[in-house]
Amino acid sequence: MSVRGVARYAGLTPFALYVLIFLAIPTTLAVATGFFTDEGEFTWANIAGLAAPNILMAFWSSFWVSAVTAVIGAVAGALVCYALLGTRAESTLRTIVDSIASVLAQFGGVMLAFVFIAAIGFQGLITLWIKNQLGIDIYADGAWLYQVQGLLLPYIYFQVPLMVITFMPALQGLKSQWAEANATLGGTRFTYWTRIAFPVLAPSFFGSLLLLFANAFSSYATAAALISQGAQIVPLQIRAALVSETVLGRENMAGALALGMVVVMVIVMWGYSVLQARTSRWQR
Amino acid sequence: MSAASKLGTEPSRVTRWLILGVVGLAFAIPMIALVEFTFRQGLQGEHTLDHWTGLFSEDAARTYRGLFTAIGNSLLLAVVTVGIVLVVLMPTMVLVQLQFPRLRRVLEFICIIPITVPAIVLVVGLAPVYSIVVKLFGGSIWTLAFAYGITVLPYAYRAIQSSLDAVDLVTLSEAARSLGANWLVVLWRVLLPNLRRGILAAAFISVAVVLGEFTIASLLNRVNLQTALLQVSQSDPYVAAIFAFLALLFVFILLLLIGWLGRSRRDRSTS
Repeated sequence: MSVRGVARYAGLTPFALYVLIFLAIPTTLAVATGFFTDEGEFTWANIAGLAAPNILMAFWSSFWVSAVTAVIGAVAGALVCYALLGTRAESTLRTIVDSIASVLAQFGGVMLAFVFIAAIGFQGLITLWIKNQLGIDIYADGAWLYQVQGLLLPYIYFQVPLMVITFMPALQGLKSQWAEANATLGGTRFTYWTRIAFPVLAPSFFGSLLLLFANAFSSYATAAALISQGAQIVPLQIRAALVSETVLGRENMAGALALGMVVVMVIVMWGYSVLQARTSRWQR
Repeated sequence: MSAASKLGTEPSRVTRWLILGVVGLAFAIPMIALVEFTFRQGLQGEHTLDHWTGLFSEDAARTYRGLFTAIGNSLLLAVVTVGIVLVVLMPTMVLVQLQFPRLRRVLEFICIIPITVPAIVLVVGLAPVYSIVVKLFGGSIWTLAFAYGITVLPYAYRAIQSSLDAVDLVTLSEAARSLGANWLVVLWRVLLPNLRRGILAAAFISVAVVLGEFTIASLLNRVNLQTALLQVSQSDPYVAAIFAFLALLFVFILLLLIGWLGRSRRDRSTS
């Protein structure tokens, strides 16, 4: 390669170095440490440790919380997208809905935990209203807000907005000509949705569903703020492993857990990109 | 009834407002509860302005010193992160667009990796990296921005790329070059003005991400707005709620500005 050719590529080095040091190396370290002991010897012990009952339980909890909130979020979010069909993307309504959705979906974290403590905590507005007006104590069966079940409502609160953001472009991609063709050929509103719109939207809908699942699965802040004791889901297991590094035999458990999470994330995101590629066929 | 509504492709007005109303109410109630909480007086159900006025009292600076320091930290981190986006990411994207069109897919792939490798995973590997960073740069808070630059990659990339796609960068820069401008002039006087909106959107969204970040700061034992809020919430939940609400409001306004920026561009192109 000529000197000039090399010089051309020199412009890419700052970014390449930055990504290498702060993305590639940390990611490699995160998933590789699980294979080593604290002394740096190769071991399967941490990976085998993933089969411990409490860790399997954490993966299962993460899985069902993510699945339930992804399905509810996807259905409710798709309904909101449908309601927004026919409004112009530049309209004030859309700008406001997009901004709210973006705040709640991507930047809530710890603050969403506060929102739900204020709403349905022990002294929450809704808790007190239900107690005073209906005479029902929603905490009669225990402090469920601070356990795995308690994550459901706050997670739905950020899943629905994420669905609105990711699914709206697909819904907007439906062409009016298709509806006209359907009407010309004697189709009804029902045949339009079942024969045309749903098949076209299906890959995008299920792709968004997977993205929502990945989003909940990898979410840490809201759970950490609500659940201060214990490690009921995988991200909290990682916290426990990182914080209690002195506990014997668990030094590199965080690495094994991170590997487990990455495996799930890669599978889910791969599915997402496959479905996304199918979607883009209709968006040309 | 519009034609689209008759064909069944769009909801009727009633359906639209029914759905938006129900979902909107379900989302408004918890937020109203947060605001109501900031006016609570004890557990008796009475209300007071004390929690708000307390922030402006004489000893507030002392009482909430930790929180104010944390806000300062988060703002500093936001500035340094935006700097990384502007100095490291943006020029690379322009360069790839102009000189290495075949690397575009590679760059896109790299920039969306942080979605698949979430912060909670990244932080496991960042801990050893930061033990070296601390040796090189010291333990000051701003170094955390190196990690945040990675966290904001997918958002910043998308914002800048949409702006790159909207202008014909190659033609513009070739025109400028043939008129005798050197690369610096091309970048500064031709490309940047055309990319202004994308860059601004990327900066705003990076600020929003950094202000909301908790995972990395918390597990690397650094103090930022979110870790301080969680800390304060244990002793003074009212003040934590006030600042959580204000932070959410601030980010909402930032995003509204991004939306408004995009809107004015589209308006101009259609007129």
